[in-house]
Amino acid sequence: MTGPDERGRFGRFGGQYVPETLMSALEALEKDYWTWKDDERFCRDLDRFLADYAGRPTPLYFAERLTEYAGGAQIWLKREDLTHTGAHKINNTIGQGLLALYTGKKRVIAETGAGQHGVATATVAARLGLACTVFMGEEDIRRQALNVFRMRLLGAEVVAVSSGTGTLKDAMNEAIRHWVEHVEDSFYVLGTVGGPHPYPVMVRNFQRVIGEEAKVQLREKTGRLPDAIVACVGGGSNAMGIFYPFLDDSEVRLFGVEAAGKGLPTGLHAAALEGGEPGILHGSFTYLLQDAYGQVTPAHSISAGLDYPGVGPEHAYLHETGRVRYVGVTDDQALEAFYRLAELEGILPALESAHAVAYALELARSMDPDRVVLISLSGRGDKDVETVMRHRPDLGGDLR
Amino acid sequence: MTTALLEALNKRRQRGETAFIPFVTLGDPTLEVTVEAVRRLVLAGADAVEIGVPYSDPLADGPTIQAASERALRGGFQLPDLFRLGPNLREVAGEVPLIAFTYANPVYRWGWEAFPRDLANSGYTGLIVPDLPMEEAGPLRDAADRSGVALVPLIAPTSHRRIRRICETARGFIYAVSSTGVTGVRQRLPEKLPRLIEDIRRYTDLPIGVGFGIGNPETAAAVAEWADAVIVGSALVRRLAAIAEDGREPQAVLDDLEVFARSLAAPLRGKEKRGDRRCE
Repeated sequence: MTGPDERGRFGRFGGQYVPETLMSALEALEKDYWTWKDDERFCRDLDRFLADYAGRPTPLYFAERLTEYAGGAQIWLKREDLTHTGAHKINNTIGQGLLALYTGKKRVIAETGAGQHGVATATVAARLGLACTVFMGEEDIRRQALNVFRMRLLGAEVVAVSSGTGTLKDAMNEAIRHWVEHVEDSFYVLGTVGGPHPYPVMVRNFQRVIGEEAKVQLREKTGRLPDAIVACVGGGSNAMGIFYPFLDDSEVRLFGVEAAGKGLPTGLHAAALEGGEPGILHGSFTYLLQDAYGQVTPAHSISAGLDYPGVGPEHAYLHETGRVRYVGVTDDQALEAFYRLAELEGILPALESAHAVAYALELARSMDPDRVVLISLSGRGDKDVETVMRHRPDLGGDLR
Repeated sequence: MTTALLEALNKRRQRGETAFIPFVTLGDPTLEVTVEAVRRLVLAGADAVEIGVPYSDPLADGPTIQAASERALRGGFQLPDLFRLGPNLREVAGEVPLIAFTYANPVYRWGWEAFPRDLANSGYTGLIVPDLPMEEAGPLRDAADRSGVALVPLIAPTSHRRIRRICETARGFIYAVSSTGVTGVRQRLPEKLPRLIEDIRRYTDLPIGVGFGIGNPETAAAVAEWADAVIVGSALVRRLAAIAEDGREPQAVLDDLEVFARSLAAPLRGKEKRGDRRCE
């Protein structure tokens, strides 16, 4: 169950649907990545940065009170929220940042939705002495003002993208346009397991450390594999990271949680796999939200990081093979899970991760107490506190 | 393989002249204006016309064509309009070939097989898909060949070792991208352009059209010293935008468009060529 093939395909998904100008750069990137990924010095650098800078391994934590609350299977959290910069995104930006450095690039560019990937890229760029430009939709800049300021403190230039819906999709269009123009001196640090080959495989490989650690840690603590793993899916990098090392363990059920927004029937959601159809977006053949004639339609989610009409091609493949089951969680359900985790465990999750928590609670409730559910807690919720405030006037939050 | 598009461009080449290929966005601001714009461009001397299909995520386009695309979609453009309008465009264009310029996803949704077939049935003879590199173009190219529609490939300044393979399956003409970057007028063209054109000529006898960044008669004339066709998009689209953006009278804007198009076509005629060019 591994991929992709030499043409960058996971089954029929993936590929390289980009302007000709970028094709040589993708060929070079692929070659560079395969050259360096097993290089001793590169691996040593990567491991050192992941350990001493990002704070790996991240803890695997038994959520005792959440387990009691659900009243079923044991719930364990893989604490990616405890990494430096507060989300799993740093695993990938360290990898790609080092690759940029090793291949002699002086400048990196990135797209960002919630701002987590932008912050993680700006952070690594600062540490490695690379110039950094981050493209971010105007609407997201409004919702995630704190992360914009963080990026600027880290020395990055943040470019506001006003085209289209002013969200992640448009930021990615603009990052690709910019890359087309500056392809000879810029390294594009793509933030998810999407985009043209080799990004989906490269990003998954930089993120698989999540699942590899969790597998060892869970065996140490419980002597077994989990019965189920739950992760949120926007583009799907934290999900691929935690799923990948378990794909061949057929007894482990895998659940990818998409943002159902205001509910799938309303059309206001970001569930590309459940509510979309196959098509081409941002360089790969995958599932996406679109109309009958192939115009991409806007996504909706309370969480900026899931507010994306596409999904990584490997998820499209795992969806069609049935290895991973994809389910939807609404804005309201995610908020409820956010509150529960805060009150019961003292952890504020990212709204993205709260989607996984919401589904895991439901799943655990239906399972016996000797079963184990593992959640990818992909990020922390500091960035979302302002969004959540608008929903809690009872706590003195502001409804404006 | 010979196509109607190739024949039209070769006619110009046999006279030692350079073809003029203007681009307009379909439905900006209305389908009626697009038909009239095509009529004027043909009057002004167009040898082929590119019809831009509005798309939600045009990632090879700069701000001018992005904005035109958004306006057309807001105005209610839908893909069937492309085919429905074909006969009207055909009528005003006479013998001049029409080339559809569209992104990959709408083509995929319509069907790799059905899209070129329906293009051919509604009067188009060429097709350009900027986000479909040769590695991914197979199914569409085969279907286009069966329909007699030329799938025109793009070659970029970064294509290098890929040039030979792209030329092997090229149809109609070669679309040479003048510089890295998206569509839009540039102040000056890169010095490496003649070199790129000569590299391409080593591998093909097809005409070579140059686009991206050409927005005035001076640049068009400079490019014509090397190229077989000059493609102008954003500079024309920006003029038509005056109808929607500034509320100007369509007739006056179309008059301006025609005058401007004539000024672009004029220096392409009867001009000495440089570089080694074979003529079929």
